[in-house]
Amino acid sequence: MSVTPEPLIQSTISTSPTEAPFCPVMPVLSIQDLHVWFELRQWGFFLAGYVRAVDDISFDLAEGEAIAIVGESGCGKTTLMRTILGLVRPTKGKILFANKNICELGTIGLREYRSHMGYVQQDPYGALPPFLSVRRILEEPLIINGVDDRGERERRIRKALEEVKMAPVEDFLTKFPHMLSGGQQQRVVIARAMILGPKILVADEPVSMLDASVRVEILKLLEGLRRTHNLAVIYVTHDLSTVRYFSERIFVMYAGKIIEQARVNDLIRHHQHPYTRALFEATPDPDAHNATVLKDVPPGEPPSLVKPPPGCRFHPRCAWKIDGLCEVEEPPYFEMRPQHLVACWLYR
Amino acid sequence: MATSERLLQIESLYLYFRTTKGVVQAVDGINLELGRNEAIVIIGESGCGKTSLARAILRLLPRNVHKYTGKVFLGDLNVMELSEEEFRQHIRWMRISMVPQAAMNALNPVLRVGDQVAEPAIIHGGLTKREALEQAIKMFRMVGVPEDFASRYAFELSGGMRQRVAIAMALITSPELVVLDEPTSALDVLTQANIMNMLKSIKWDLGVSYILITHDISTSSELADRVAVMYAGQIVEVGDALRFFQSPLHPYSRKLMNSVPRLRVDMEPEFIVGQPPSLIFPPKGCRFAERCPQRFGRCAEDPPIIAQNGRQVKCWLYA
Repeated sequence: MSVTPEPLIQSTISTSPTEAPFCPVMPVLSIQDLHVWFELRQWGFFLAGYVRAVDDISFDLAEGEAIAIVGESGCGKTTLMRTILGLVRPTKGKILFANKNICELGTIGLREYRSHMGYVQQDPYGALPPFLSVRRILEEPLIINGVDDRGERERRIRKALEEVKMAPVEDFLTKFPHMLSGGQQQRVVIARAMILGPKILVADEPVSMLDASVRVEILKLLEGLRRTHNLAVIYVTHDLSTVRYFSERIFVMYAGKIIEQARVNDLIRHHQHPYTRALFEATPDPDAHNATVLKDVPPGEPPSLVKPPPGCRFHPRCAWKIDGLCEVEEPPYFEMRPQHLVACWLYR
Repeated sequence: MATSERLLQIESLYLYFRTTKGVVQAVDGINLELGRNEAIVIIGESGCGKTSLARAILRLLPRNVHKYTGKVFLGDLNVMELSEEEFRQHIRWMRISMVPQAAMNALNPVLRVGDQVAEPAIIHGGLTKREALEQAIKMFRMVGVPEDFASRYAFELSGGMRQRVAIAMALITSPELVVLDEPTSALDVLTQANIMNMLKSIKWDLGVSYILITHDISTSSELADRVAVMYAGQIVEVGDALRFFQSPLHPYSRKLMNSVPRLRVDMEPEFIVGQPPSLIFPPKGCRFAERCPQRFGRCAEDPPIIAQNGRQVKCWLYA
């Protein structure tokens, strides 16, 4: 990297309190200058390069705040989540939680840290062990984290199931995952994520495997849990239409970088980056008019993260490319309005 | 639309499966019409029988079929009367082809994709291998796959490219009707929009008809001339897309439309309370009654299909 982008402006205090029902005050998680590069080895020996899955990402997450990370597959959003959960060690950068850099923690410290993090996986069926009953699935994190009293465990399991609206609880405790519908499985996954009383919930495409009519139900459930427990939620998705209703700030990722970030309503009204515009153009609303026109979407596919294009990573697909600039120099963040940053030379 | 020449007419089509728990009534008396160069989308929740309907049309049946009856007219020919061999030779892939669900993950990993696309043209179209390969490359151009990809293997292609290959395979024999089962469900938004663009252009250029099966209502609107809503093995509403997307008639369709999160309109989505009924012992009367906010006494009887200004709805509210 020849040019380092300017650091992000890390203001989490909302300028217009009407837009922020939960006025973010204190960051619960702070990500600074995060790089996650995976080594590529030739013949398992020579270093052949790096997969730059996450390349220089910084943001703060306030207590009780819901943010969304939007991007296509292969843009590094899952790697970012796995790093935040402490499953992947970053190459460079810091993740601060309760004044500790979790990248430097050992096994015991990490275990303690993970008990503050809930993880809702994309595919509920794949995420639940098929040979354990719902009770055992929910008991596991309690046992690992030293809740030795049987009665206490049972009480917390029941409470967690009630919270995800699986009533009557008795009907579900002895069931195995295959006996549940997709929506119910995802509820068990959410109950498991919530059982240790986390501060942050990471939801990686929590509804993409579910039926359209169940999706909203699960998203509303997550929203309700966020409000009652003052949870910070990181919602990772490629679906812009749900983001609007279930998060407060949006980060748009492309090829390992955040290319635009703003508050939700701001982004919906004034999306600026050509890639964000393409995402909006490509996301349909149910409207018969769609069938009569072709959509104006950029051709091609996201670049390889082994050798990302120089300059702006979107320039090979961009219709507004500025010759001699976009393919040479990486765009810094330009501030369009408070809390709305765009990495695009069009706004220099 | 309604004035165009009729291509397909389905009359009381039934497809039941035998299982250890009982008989699953997956397709339960479906009537449907489709014009030439028309696209109809079939929307519904998973397990409502959409895919079974597609399989019933193409006669791609599993072994545990309990009941398979009805009439399927392709033009004037009732294809249900044909023998399996006649159907295989003259109908399947020659006149009706299919892009099955997750087709992109079902490509043969040890065949070059060019050879795979050419295969239906050899087996069904009777072309020589060289002619078929030329034809395959023509198809590649049409669906937007670079020509030199023909000699690659499926694992060397991205998801979007593999889906395009699967679509090319369905188009190579120039069928009149292509059944698309969730063609974009596993793809990214931009890839999805590109594939929808491609399907639209092919429809405009070649005049094919589509049956698009999906649970994604927003995406379905990209292709739909008409919309059919399926619930618990039955079609509960059919109508032209323009009026359907503006004002769906059946309470289930309305609920379904309200569950779609919209990007451009500020309307908080709602979910449908309850679960669809089991297809083994479906409830008597209207199958949606249990979840319907507008149910009344008559819903205990099975509602007929009621015509309403050129639209059809299976609901007592319109009787």
